[in-house]
Amino acid sequence: MSATTGEYIKTTPAIKDRSVEAGTEKSRGGDHIMDKDLIRIRTLDKEDIVRILDQAESFYEILDRPIRKVPALRGKIVVNLFFEPSTRTRTSFELAAKTLSADVVNIATKVSSAVKGESIKDTALTLKSLGANIIIVRHSHPGVPELISKQGDFKVINAGDGWGEHPTQSLLDLFTIRRKMGSLKDLHVTIMGDITHSRVARSNIYALTKMGAHVHIVAPPTLVPACLEKLGVKVHYHIEEVMEYTDILYLLRIQMERLEQSFFPSLREYAQFFGVNAKRLEQFSKEVMVMHPGPINRGVEISHDVADGMDTYIEEQVRNGVVVRMAILYLISREGAGRHDVA
Amino acid sequence: MASNTVEIMDKDGINRALVRIAHEILEKNKGAENIGLVGLQTRGVPIAYRLQRIIRDIEGLELPVGILDITLYRDDLMHLQHQPNVNVTEIPFRVENSRIIICDEVIYTGRTIRAAMDALMDQGRPHMIQLAVLIDRGHRELPIRADYVGKNIPTSRLEWVNVQLKEVDGTDGVLLGRNLDRTSSEGTI
Amino acid sequence: MMLLKGGDIIDPSGGLSGVADILINEEGFIENIGQDIETDEEDALIIDVSGLKVMPGLVDMHVHLREPGYEYKENIDTGLKAAAAGGFTTIVCMPNTSPVVDTRSTVRFIKERAGAAGLGNLYVAGAASKGLEGRDMAEIGDMVAEGIVAVTDDGKSIADASLMRRVLEYIKMFDIPFMVHAESPELAGAGVMHEGLVATTIGMPGIPAQAESVIVARDIELAELTGSRVHITHLSTESSLDYVRRAKAKGLKVTCDVTPHHLTMTDDAVMGFDTNTKVNPPLRPQRHVDAVIKGLQEGVIDAIASDHAPHAVHEKESSYIEAPFGMIGLETSLAVLITRLVRTGILTLEQLVAKLTIGPADVLGLDAGRLEVGAPADITVVDPDVMWTIDPNIFYSLGRNCPYAGWEVGGKVKYTIAGGKIIAKNGVVE
Repeated sequence: MSATTGEYIKTTPAIKDRSVEAGTEKSRGGDHIMDKDLIRIRTLDKEDIVRILDQAESFYEILDRPIRKVPALRGKIVVNLFFEPSTRTRTSFELAAKTLSADVVNIATKVSSAVKGESIKDTALTLKSLGANIIIVRHSHPGVPELISKQGDFKVINAGDGWGEHPTQSLLDLFTIRRKMGSLKDLHVTIMGDITHSRVARSNIYALTKMGAHVHIVAPPTLVPACLEKLGVKVHYHIEEVMEYTDILYLLRIQMERLEQSFFPSLREYAQFFGVNAKRLEQFSKEVMVMHPGPINRGVEISHDVADGMDTYIEEQVRNGVVVRMAILYLISREGAGRHDVA
Repeated sequence: MASNTVEIMDKDGINRALVRIAHEILEKNKGAENIGLVGLQTRGVPIAYRLQRIIRDIEGLELPVGILDITLYRDDLMHLQHQPNVNVTEIPFRVENSRIIICDEVIYTGRTIRAAMDALMDQGRPHMIQLAVLIDRGHRELPIRADYVGKNIPTSRLEWVNVQLKEVDGTDGVLLGRNLDRTSSEGTI
Repeated sequence: MMLLKGGDIIDPSGGLSGVADILINEEGFIENIGQDIETDEEDALIIDVSGLKVMPGLVDMHVHLREPGYEYKENIDTGLKAAAAGGFTTIVCMPNTSPVVDTRSTVRFIKERAGAAGLGNLYVAGAASKGLEGRDMAEIGDMVAEGIVAVTDDGKSIADASLMRRVLEYIKMFDIPFMVHAESPELAGAGVMHEGLVATTIGMPGIPAQAESVIVARDIELAELTGSRVHITHLSTESSLDYVRRAKAKGLKVTCDVTPHHLTMTDDAVMGFDTNTKVNPPLRPQRHVDAVIKGLQEGVIDAIASDHAPHAVHEKESSYIEAPFGMIGLETSLAVLITRLVRTGILTLEQLVAKLTIGPADVLGLDAGRLEVGAPADITVVDPDVMWTIDPNIFYSLGRNCPYAGWEVGGKVKYTIAGGKIIAKNGVVE
């Protein structure tokens, strides 16, 4: 048995931008956004984001316990409603929900009646009458989480809506960065790749700018959406322009269909301008933290040598994904206000 | 808060109570072997650290201290007005087969301790769990009793007990008050 | 006989204004306009319209009535009732029905159905290409013989510039205009809203403004080549307007209309994913709204038309991307325009009425939009001061896809008179 002394409340990393001092009673409350859904980072404020990250921090050790289960969501029904295939995000949510003791139902397009022409509205109404408490939705069209949310008083979490947003990915990215760098404020984060069609890019632009980071975009002009700089980012077409100050290089997955649509001439040429390899990383002034929402196209966005060195990062991201989603599920799960505060 | 407040224990009173509890712990367990202190977030944690220090002064042995947040185990979790933030849980010793002494500032309904025991059991099978509290104010709703009590204070449900500890509140003292407009005390279960 | 006593006459066609009486004869024509008109006929209907605005029956040159083929969205009867309730005595329906209005018999069917309804005048715009497919010219002459007033492939442009040229040349022999829905299918792609900051913010595929203006530019060039009448319908961009302005300065036979929604809403409305804001051309940013308002003030824009496009509730209750384009307008146009353009001082009531009466009537050569002795007694009487809240649930239109739901608006139609008959009174169809 080893002894612990010293500071009486311990948090593992030295995190600077916590909104509240852990352990004070003042840290309760502030739950206005989380009262209903988690659909967009755009509509959250910084305090909401910090609250989620702080909560995730205190959940971190649960995954190390001998019994990886706490009873917080016992009796709650969490539905994974995925109109678009996804193994990683769905599994991550499922694990998070199960760690909190919720009952999890998975509905994927192939087996649901969505393909048979049942409307999104009817699907949501069915889930409502089945008693779903939280619906986690992924769909290829932006705005579908809002449409589902309108159908009942269940809570909705956006697991990706078309090119719209992917808030939980973004929150887990922030969590990973904050654990590594201590704070997000004043970091220079470069997001490189297909911005136009990326919900991850959108959510991360909102999240990072709200947290006080400087966001740079590097992309071919064909994949930069209109008026992007008005979102508070700086747009570049050449990676060399950001090498001096980049702390974090966030690479986006390039979809093969963009090639067919002539957004760029070939994967080879894309990799030549926007691919990251060890040699290119050496040209950066600082030691750069390379991030990627996965799965990586090896040899396109990231060369084999760099990708091979990312094993620890990928493991950490998987764990952080579960922890952050646990925090979100926990914060969102409260039933309507107005009941007794005291047992 | 519209109420008449009286201090029922001061800094020295708290200290004397904890010293006595430390002696009782050593006596009952025939020493400090294999004991781990677990403080419940928030005010149980400084109590655990104070007991650690007092026992070290007596026995020259430093007991390990764990921190436990029971929020996720609360039986009223989904019915609270505000979703409480969950604080860190950190048990730096093996729960399996150890003698655990749960430390908290007040025992009231007993529900917190029920949650704490469930949380501990999920971490392993302790040899024994004991409970040390600074104040027992009665009104149990579960068949739970403290092994070590600093002071028994019979209260009515209309009253509240507020334990202040330097590490959290900047000052030491136990206040008893009567709430004129509420029927129960905030945040204590 | 009907006598409207003491109304405040607004007739932009003849410049009639001021308080006067209007006498309508049994045949449904205006018998007399003037001061202190009396009638000695015993069963004459005398209506006191003092304090109210009396204007020519309104004309909407761009509506979708969905019949034949999509009667669950709207039909000729409900569409005409909506028009009557909204103060419109003359409307022009678009050919994108099923079957498409590309033959004489479909034109006749629609006109017969409208005749049976007896609620104002319905004119038909015929398809320019067979099946609106943009490949072969429709039997335009045959449809003109049945009374079509324009040709259009509304819903899309004719992508093939050569076919467009031939159609424009061909319609010269009938002296009817081509109503251009200006949209480059390649540039519009899979877009569902205006390409700009809002689309970028919410991650929606966009349609650039230039998808419209490149076709406007092309078709104006073809108007010059052919000398034909080209009417740009639901014009919505600054640049399109510039092209039209230049064409008019050059003396080309180019005209245009705008919709109430492109004058009163911006793409900000899409932010909440309300599918009732999905419309083609899409709602634009303020810069374009300001430009079309300026075009209206300067007189470059000839008409305002609703592009009334009803859809069933379930069709709009889907994702923004899946939902069909279109919003309804017949029952809201006048009040929304009075509220947002006249009450704000952007236009005078007379200027607005011109764009809703003589403006579209002249573009299409219709016998409508005038208050003069001998003209058909199509008259709309409006109380411009009544405030009301827009509630789509009580519309005559079967469509509920109204982006103005909940708006507080001013200006209510008191009487809609068509062919000397009251077809709607206080918003209730007779």
